[in-house]
Amino acid sequence: MNIGLNVVAAKTIVRKEIVRVMRIWVQTIVPPAITMTLYFIIFGNLIGRRIGSMDGFDYMQYIAPGLIMMSVITNSYGNVVSSFFGAKFGRHIEEMLVAPMSYATIIIGHVAGGVLRGLLVGLLVTIIALFFTRLTVAHPLVVISIVLLSSIVFSLAGFINAIFARKFDDISIVPTFVLTPLTYLGGVFYSISMLPEFWQNVSKANPILYMVNAFRYGILGTSDISIGHAYAILIVFVVVLFSGCMYLMQRGIGIRE
Amino acid sequence: MVTIRDLMKALSITNLTKTYSNGNQALKGIDLSVESGDFYALLGPNGAGKTTAIGIVSSLVNKSGGEVQVFGHSIDSELEAAKACIGIVPQEVNLNLWESVGNIVANQAGYYGLHGKLAKQRVEKYLRALRLWDRRDDIARSLSGGMKRRLMIARALVHEPRLLILDEPTAGVDIEIRRSMWEFLRQINEAGTTIILTTHYLEEAESLCRHIAIIDEGTIIEDARMSDVLRKLQREVFVLSLAEELSAAPALDGFMTRLRGDCELEVEKGPDCDLNDLFVQLNARNIHVSSLRNKANRLEELFMRLVESKQQEAEL
Ligand SMILES: Nc1ncnc2c1ncn2[C@@H]1O[C@H](COP(=O)(O)OP(=O)(O)OP(=O)(O)O)[C@@H](O)[C@H]1O
Ligand SMILES: [Mg+2]
Repeated sequence: MNIGLNVVAAKTIVRKEIVRVMRIWVQTIVPPAITMTLYFIIFGNLIGRRIGSMDGFDYMQYIAPGLIMMSVITNSYGNVVSSFFGAKFGRHIEEMLVAPMSYATIIIGHVAGGVLRGLLVGLLVTIIALFFTRLTVAHPLVVISIVLLSSIVFSLAGFINAIFARKFDDISIVPTFVLTPLTYLGGVFYSISMLPEFWQNVSKANPILYMVNAFRYGILGTSDISIGHAYAILIVFVVVLFSGCMYLMQRGIGIRE
Repeated sequence: MVTIRDLMKALSITNLTKTYSNGNQALKGIDLSVESGDFYALLGPNGAGKTTAIGIVSSLVNKSGGEVQVFGHSIDSELEAAKACIGIVPQEVNLNLWESVGNIVANQAGYYGLHGKLAKQRVEKYLRALRLWDRRDDIARSLSGGMKRRLMIARALVHEPRLLILDEPTAGVDIEIRRSMWEFLRQINEAGTTIILTTHYLEEAESLCRHIAIIDEGTIIEDARMSDVLRKLQREVFVLSLAEELSAAPALDGFMTRLRGDCELEVEKGPDCDLNDLFVQLNARNIHVSSLRNKANRLEELFMRLVESKQQEAEL
């Protein structure tokens, strides 16, 4: 493998992805900002006042890390799935497939694009959150590493979704039926310690719970689960999903006749 | 084993087969060999398998069996080296229509590892060559059909491939641009790029290409030097416009003649006859010819005959 070539090619894909996000910023950046502002106003401000505190924090403070994480996850996933499926649909994926870069480069380039969009939106949501509440960061390294890993996991998942998608409907099925429910049940809005034991255990099968809690731990210093588990789960997901992407690309599933 | 001879070959295809997942057998074991530096026409009726073969060479389609080597690099064991040698202009538009013309070509350069000043120079060079430099900031969607095709050519050339494959590059391109495209392709061929071209305009193949292969229903039915193919044609029909009306077709020695309309004479010439002889005989009869043309493009006739005879075979 020609490393120099692959580095240039990966950078090119990332640049292409950034150009795409900026070109359609009304679809990529504005909607999450609006949605999250509404969440902060309605759940944090209006309803949150009646809830009082959770785990010793203001309700607004408690949900802010979860909402930031939620926007990072959905935007990373959304970016990769629409960009890569769009390339399949418009057939310009062929531009990449005929070129002498490796499949890993194609995957990494798109994942990096997804991560950048996730971080950009995450940052924006954080800034919005600061209008509503005060956030201090308890463990900066945890915050950064958890955001990056989660964003990578969901970018990879979006890539796999795009590979299997045949029509535009297929790229919204997973976000609607899997991603959103798991996020809502992933402890963004409540601490699972409020649940009966049975449901606590069920919740622990949800990977998003670990990301949200690890991230909340990074910011507030409080978590429902062990941080070590969170890292282990995220790393396993990265490895498994990346291998899955590689396997599918090599077999040409969904991209070659 | 790669021999020196294989290295000379721009493309070597052996017993290539392709059966699509719906059971469609698009290629039934084709062999093709393209010399380095050649200008090669791949002809065939709709659905013959041209695009499928090109798809396999450029690794957009998985093959079912057989071997493909590009400048000695097998697409099985040295795919990336093989890909680096190829530039591809697809039959159907596969541009990101929302991307700017300049970005499309620049991105393609990046995918081949070109960056910085060199990439910039190449982008400008090929956008200028294809007369798209003024449109570099426009999105691809805003280009006309012919311009999109030119953009795909610029994109295919930006890494200066040794083998350029064009799948119907002149479909829907106006006459003037087509001529200038021909000129351009001739130039890059003379500069050393091997070119494979598919087209339904046989005049185009005849004027550009030095080698032709005809594929029909997934099998190669003709594969030879252009000059040999044309020489093989048994007969040729000319249409003469006459200065004056004739009442009956003149009987000429060695030529079949037939009147069509008042002032047009069809003359069929066998392989051993001489056109000079025709004019000598016409002169002797005081028949004046004001102009002369081929009834059909010669290659077109050959093509029709080959494809038809194959169909008759199939019907028997
Ligand atoms: N994706 C596909 N799935 C199934 N069959 C296909 C597919 N693509 C092409 N075919 C079939 O394979 C055969 C060869 O098609 P191909 O596109 O290679 O022809 P072609 O020679 O390029 O024709 P044209 O001159 O019309 O471009 C046809 O019978 C076609 O229907
Ligand atoms: Mg075709």
